[in-house]
Amino acid sequence: MRYLPHTAEDRRAMLGTIGVGSVNELFADVPGEFLLDRIEGLPGHKSEMHVERALGALAARNIPAGSVPFFAGCGAYKHHVPATVDHIIQRSEYMTAYTPYQPEIAQGTLQYLFEFQTQVAALTGMEVANASMYDGSTAAAEAVLMAHRVTKRKKAVLFGNLHPHYRAVIETISRYSEHDVVDLPSAPNAEFGLEIDDKTSCIVVQYPGVFGGVRDLTPLAELAHRNGALLIVVVTEAVSFGALRSPGSMGADIVVAEGQSIGNGLNFGGPYLGLFATRKKFLRQMPGRICGETVDEDGKRGFVLTLSTREQHIRRDKATSNICTNSGLCALAFTVHMTLLGETGLKKLARLNHANAVALADRLAAVPGVEVVTPHFFNEFTIRTPKPGTEIIDALVDHGIIGGVPASRLFPGDGLDELIFVAATEVNTNEDREAYAAALREVLA
Amino acid sequence: MNDVSHKNFTSAGSVTATGNRGLQIEEPLLFEIGSTNFTGVDVEEPEAFESRLGDVERTDMMGLPGLSEPETMRHFVRLSQKNYAIDTGIFPLGSCTMKHNPRLNEKMARLPGIGDIHPLQPQKTVQGAIELMMQLSDWLTSLTGMPAVAMSPKAGAHGELCGMIAIRAAIEAKGEADTRRVVLVPDSAHGTNPATAALLGFSVRSIEAEKDGTVRASAVRESLGPDVAAMMLTNPNTCGLFEPDIAEISAALHEAGAYLYCDGANFNAIAGKVRPGDLGIDAMHINLHKTFSTPHGGGGPGAGPVVFSKSLAPFAPLPLMARDGDGKLELIEEKASSGEARPFGRLTAFHGQMGMFVRALAYMLSFGEDGVRQASEDAVLNANYLRKLLKDTMSQPFGDRVCMHEVLFDEAFLKGTDISTLDFAKAMIDEGFHPMTMYFPLVVHGAMLVEPTESESKRSLDQFAYALKALANAAKRGDKDRFKSAPRFAPLRRLDETRAARQPILSYTPPAQQAAE
Amino acid sequence: MADMKYTSDHEYARVENDIATVGISEHAQEKLGDIVFVELPEVGKTLSKGQEAAVVESVKAASEVYAPASGEVVEVNDAIVANPELVNESPEDAAWFLKIKLSNPKDLDGLMSADKYKDYLENID
Repeated sequence: MRYLPHTAEDRRAMLGTIGVGSVNELFADVPGEFLLDRIEGLPGHKSEMHVERALGALAARNIPAGSVPFFAGCGAYKHHVPATVDHIIQRSEYMTAYTPYQPEIAQGTLQYLFEFQTQVAALTGMEVANASMYDGSTAAAEAVLMAHRVTKRKKAVLFGNLHPHYRAVIETISRYSEHDVVDLPSAPNAEFGLEIDDKTSCIVVQYPGVFGGVRDLTPLAELAHRNGALLIVVVTEAVSFGALRSPGSMGADIVVAEGQSIGNGLNFGGPYLGLFATRKKFLRQMPGRICGETVDEDGKRGFVLTLSTREQHIRRDKATSNICTNSGLCALAFTVHMTLLGETGLKKLARLNHANAVALADRLAAVPGVEVVTPHFFNEFTIRTPKPGTEIIDALVDHGIIGGVPASRLFPGDGLDELIFVAATEVNTNEDREAYAAALREVLA
Repeated sequence: MNDVSHKNFTSAGSVTATGNRGLQIEEPLLFEIGSTNFTGVDVEEPEAFESRLGDVERTDMMGLPGLSEPETMRHFVRLSQKNYAIDTGIFPLGSCTMKHNPRLNEKMARLPGIGDIHPLQPQKTVQGAIELMMQLSDWLTSLTGMPAVAMSPKAGAHGELCGMIAIRAAIEAKGEADTRRVVLVPDSAHGTNPATAALLGFSVRSIEAEKDGTVRASAVRESLGPDVAAMMLTNPNTCGLFEPDIAEISAALHEAGAYLYCDGANFNAIAGKVRPGDLGIDAMHINLHKTFSTPHGGGGPGAGPVVFSKSLAPFAPLPLMARDGDGKLELIEEKASSGEARPFGRLTAFHGQMGMFVRALAYMLSFGEDGVRQASEDAVLNANYLRKLLKDTMSQPFGDRVCMHEVLFDEAFLKGTDISTLDFAKAMIDEGFHPMTMYFPLVVHGAMLVEPTESESKRSLDQFAYALKALANAAKRGDKDRFKSAPRFAPLRRLDETRAARQPILSYTPPAQQAAE
Repeated sequence: MADMKYTSDHEYARVENDIATVGISEHAQEKLGDIVFVELPEVGKTLSKGQEAAVVESVKAASEVYAPASGEVVEVNDAIVANPELVNESPEDAAWFLKIKLSNPKDLDGLMSADKYKDYLENID
């Protein structure tokens, strides 16, 4: 067995040193009736080559995003990741290290986390950021719980442009932690005209919204603040930070984002990377790990995990969150990619994304029967078609195109069946767009 | 920005002009190296077009520099060299399980058909991915002897949340939501256990464990009543011992209408030898990074699928997996299409940690049923071997008794030396080892919890024991300075955590801005 | 000299007329180590005996400060919020936490005198 170093002779010698005759004597605390000699229904060990073949066969039954004209988004985006990123995150010293509990021999991890926090704060326009969370949706749920702690209220108002799966995550945690959620109706271009009361702890709004729309959030921030509530802004496409005014500059109190777009692949939905940033005055209520600067005994600058008294291993039932893991290696991928880009590169990348989306929207709008319903967007927009979106997306697969996500997949039974969410990124070529428009024309004919 | 006289290069106490010491090279923050008008990525300029961003176009500067590819590579490689890792040496953190991470797993996770598929592309284009999830879930249900599994939890603590919500949902379904409000937690438990229970509005009733951290069935029975929803138990426990009464405990809980949640953090000691389902456990999360070799990555990403007993299975969260008569696979994403099941909701936007699933499955297929069992046996063998090698050098809180996959020492052997567990750990760093888990479990004074894992050879264990013996002898000889001033040979000396917490500096501020503030 | 009384959780109450000045004992600060953060209640808040009144944190531990008696918070010591290290330097004097206007002075009857507290400390170690 290639992963186990002992020879039979080693095992015998070690059992001898311990003074037992068989390894099962070491399992003496396990009541005999529960100790098994084998587990039924499972195969024996296999060579590396065999495993590669088996998993390769499974992989071959999927259509990779990079192999076709690809336009699906809704919280996960196909971007190009520089080769440098994958090389660095596969370095043993990063990949096979633990949470940096011994800072003297973990400065590599700690310094990149500090750099990550700095990048996230700058992108979101906020003052402080944590060292990452599981993903955007769980970060959104944590943000709602944090708003409850800050305001000592327990009702969250979810704006209708929030990704339905994010909404479901917030609803699940709220329901079982005995907090209230108000869901506003979902429709493209819905107005901000809502009222909140003095029980409301936060308004949660997505930017760009799940329909792709973007607009000034300042009125929502003012409404929240007038009523003593916080504004939580959810971003599911991190590249948009390069093109859009930061949520912080529009009055957000907490910004959470899905960081997958920068440095991380699609991975069928995970692992991803939750970004979490807030204002300094709420720092003590922020969940998750935080890295801070300090000095060592010789006065040299160094970094440590800090403010850990908020966390579960010390606060136990009074912790700000039950979270114990962050998304370290995904945060490293994000930081390496952001380091290569810098803000100049990010702004250029965002501009190219937007340009490709505009070009695609124009191309699709020219297909008879198709209407682009999102007037202002970043790299994703909604189209209305004369046939159900699911049928169209299915038919497009037969033309070798992944044409987007039908609204009915995220909003089943909400009467949005004729809508499709379409995303464009830097990976799409003019040929991809032409192929999409031509296929759509055929499917609708 | 490129001023080489930066404070890092003139650091106090340095014997070289640069502050570097041979291969230990000082590295500034990337913000001190790069320039905001440079980028290390060549992005094409689009043809002229009309912006549709409306009134929200970004015009401010963020202050984020870009670095060229060679500079980026050097920055992060230099930083990496300040890290200890399992590929560098034994990483004996008890309860954390740092084992070898096979590179085959990495290769498989990067197959385009695995790493480059979108969670919302049409399901007919990802049948292999759903099949992969189903195969992994078959392994998990077979190894645990439990009928159902929720794949989506993102890490151990998230899995705990999943298991405990399922318990709440089951209690609600029985109409007992208002009466069953208490969760029993032994005082030796992981901190996540009470944190999770409290988040769900349960009050925590602490159960006093025996001195060795194990829990007696009699103690559970005394605390049981109609107000108890569940008990959370780690097995093997945080002291590295198997709970001998566990079957009796689960029977008592079930009789009283309560459920048993098992923290599966230590499943790696018994995988392939004991099925938690046989012990009467109702829900258990499995840390794929602990038992099934997915990398820890310096603190994540993890994955924490949860297995359920028959009574909790109907409440498992979305998405669910199904196979129809023609062999077509489906991920069910909505309650409305869940049939008989009563999913309690959704824990994350998509389907879970696919990247971790494929690594864990690659490991299981490689090891097979026989290898998984051999790995558990070797993990237990290694811990007991270290225990024997060190029994006359270090002290064990409960006497020299058989342990599972980790062996617990305490600070008694340092008594009278004025050297603490922390000092001892820092001296291990100078000897080239990552320290063991310190001060956990809390029930033992100055705890040192050592988990070698099955990845260590006999030779590696012998070397580790040799170093610990040498240190223990030095401590007893009164060579105090060696411990108090440790680490002396690491990239940094001990860090001032008080300063970090009193005046938190959590991001980089340029010197000019600092001066202005 | 004002009457110093201690709880078994290591809070003290220094009583003058109907005002109790509350903080943590010398022993408590020593056990906690370097204090890095203090959270105080709002002035005007009504506390009942045994209720959580404040939070004090060191690098490795966090601990609640409970009200030793019922009453209204009439003043808090903002100096220790700005400089938590004061709690290490002068816990029983300059680094008091809050002042409570007692609603039931009898609440304090069960507390320990300085001498009794000293005995208590010897017994718990």
